[in-house]
Amino acid sequence: MSDVTVMNRLSARFAELKAEKRAGLVVYTMANDPSYEDGVALLKSLPAAGVDIIELGMPFSDPMADGPAIQAAGLRALASGGSLDRTLDALRAFREDDKSTPVVLMGYYNPIYSKGVAKFAALASAAGADGLIIVDLPPEEAPELTVHLRDHGLHLIFLTAPTTDETRLPTVLEQAGGFLYYVSITGVTGTASANVAVVEQAVARLREKTDLPIAVGFGIKTPAQCAEMAQVADAVVVGSAVVQKLADGLTGDGSAKPGAIDAVVDFVRGLGDAVHAVQK
Amino acid sequence: MPDQTLANSLRSGPDAQGRFGIHGGRFVAETLMPLILDLEQQYLAAQADPAFHAELNHYLKHYVGRPSPLYFAERLTKVLGGAKIYLKREDLNHTGAHKINNCMGQILLAKRMGKTRIIAETGAGQHGVATATVCALMGLDCVIYMGATDIERQMPNVFRMKLLGAEVKPVTSGAGTLKDAMNDALRDWVSNVHNTYYLIGTAAGPHPYPSMVRDFQCIIGEEVKEQLLEQEGRSLPDSLVACVGGGSNAIGLFHPFLDDPSVRIIGVEAGGHGVDTPAHAASLTGGRPGVLHGNRTYLLQDADGQILEAHSISAGLDYPGIGPEHSWLHDIKRVEYVPINDDEAVEAFQRMTKLEGIIPALESSHAIAHAMKLAPTLPGDHVMVVNLSGRGDKDVNTIARAMGEQL
Repeated sequence: MSDVTVMNRLSARFAELKAEKRAGLVVYTMANDPSYEDGVALLKSLPAAGVDIIELGMPFSDPMADGPAIQAAGLRALASGGSLDRTLDALRAFREDDKSTPVVLMGYYNPIYSKGVAKFAALASAAGADGLIIVDLPPEEAPELTVHLRDHGLHLIFLTAPTTDETRLPTVLEQAGGFLYYVSITGVTGTASANVAVVEQAVARLREKTDLPIAVGFGIKTPAQCAEMAQVADAVVVGSAVVQKLADGLTGDGSAKPGAIDAVVDFVRGLGDAVHAVQK
Repeated sequence: MPDQTLANSLRSGPDAQGRFGIHGGRFVAETLMPLILDLEQQYLAAQADPAFHAELNHYLKHYVGRPSPLYFAERLTKVLGGAKIYLKREDLNHTGAHKINNCMGQILLAKRMGKTRIIAETGAGQHGVATATVCALMGLDCVIYMGATDIERQMPNVFRMKLLGAEVKPVTSGAGTLKDAMNDALRDWVSNVHNTYYLIGTAAGPHPYPSMVRDFQCIIGEEVKEQLLEQEGRSLPDSLVACVGGGSNAIGLFHPFLDDPSVRIIGVEAGGHGVDTPAHAASLTGGRPGVLHGNRTYLLQDADGQILEAHSISAGLDYPGIGPEHSWLHDIKRVEYVPINDDEAVEAFQRMTKLEGIIPALESSHAIAHAMKLAPTLPGDHVMVVNLSGRGDKDVNTIARAMGEQL
């Protein structure tokens, strides 16, 4: 519904991908991890490394749906002064150089609710966000937010899971915008890996019910898995593996070793190459 | 426009969305949504099934040992020199606290749903022990998430759970207390949706948990009505006092009396080192509405909406949130919520033990401390019921430390 009226970088990017007959790479990175400056530096290097869409993590003290890698990233971000305001600062800094790469803010509802949903929608839009993924805001609870997002041209992107059955799917699709995020496993981020044949069936089932692009995420860690998923989905999301690559390059006190950001960018480039090599 | 149903009764909540006023709801990841919608249907079906109630009542009577006594605390009343104080003796239930009332109900529901693996979170360990107990009784696998900090201060309960056959998983994320244990329990549930039942221990979490747990705990208040009629010739007390962490013992006592305006109802929050310090667990007194663990409710949080660590000497009250129905009862001012500090609870623990020969849980000691403040200001014909929600044997080490004694 909202999708009809909201045209922004996200809609434009999926149209481009479709025209180029390829899948997109979506990469998640946590704002302020391990510091504000490092976070911004990483963000700015992602598009050139082949990232089509960025998910910018908003740190939260209690990330119930995340596995160990993103939990730790959130704690590092909060310890280095991360907050909703700082995440928006980072996005503004990114937009100074990049006007076309879509950025989706991803996190939990309480910091948004605490800020005030109307105020947040205005701030996020002004900072250059294109969409939101709020893990603990299912469609039943979403109207109090979506009513404000439309005014600001922001998509609310919903997750569907293997447990989302036929009777429930219309409820999810009713307010869904931007793209549909298929959670390929029943689990938290960055743990088990999905079987591509099972995902293919699930994606086919979703396509019968929606024209939205479909991204697949959770548990996708390697270029090989990216290439597999790129055959069946419109976009492939990698989060925990990227965040973990960054964690591997930190010193004991949590600051980035020389070359740590470059190592993450190299890893991401490998994922991008794998996704883009798949012709659809 | 005021909701007509709610205008007629304060007992009809939540609404179809699981809301109590603005509080409650279902703020969970999509993977869990179908599960909690199914749970709601299954619970409604069980509730309408006389066979379910018959089985539950059988276990409550013969296994838990209900009804729990309503005991007139004669010496305490005399020393305080005011209101007549009755103690609802939930400490005499099997496993030593009110927690078993809810566990008994939910384990029968889980069995009915064909679930084979039970998970739960625990703070003080009382809910963990109660859950491990009913799992042993029913022969079901049991995994208990417990913060590493709590494991250290509640070793006897940890060992009890292990003896009962449960696996106790230490949680090291965050400060390693109840909130972190709940995060890990939710992560387990998302990862094991097909065979696992999440047995939440308090009247909080996504709908239908707050109302389901409340319904299973309402037996406390319902028994009080009957027992008061027998002992005082009237079914309504003048006041009710209970401690509130998540708030399941309190809502179980309060709910049957919400529509009786003559009954003054008081919930006692954990004031820790004082509500003017950062170290407390009084979410209504010191928090503001937010969203955590599946529901909207009052939460201790910073300006950015990050959840703060709570503090209480009592592990069972050491949680930065509260059940959504309490948040609503606070908003509409039907229930008064007051804080009691650590040192006041420790003193009440000792006075109750010496005066009545009853060792109360540190959680319940918060309610007793407030009753001790209030009773002397009230006339001798004022009948006050205090929920003695659990026994304090688990707390003797903590009390010894607070008294500067080495055990």
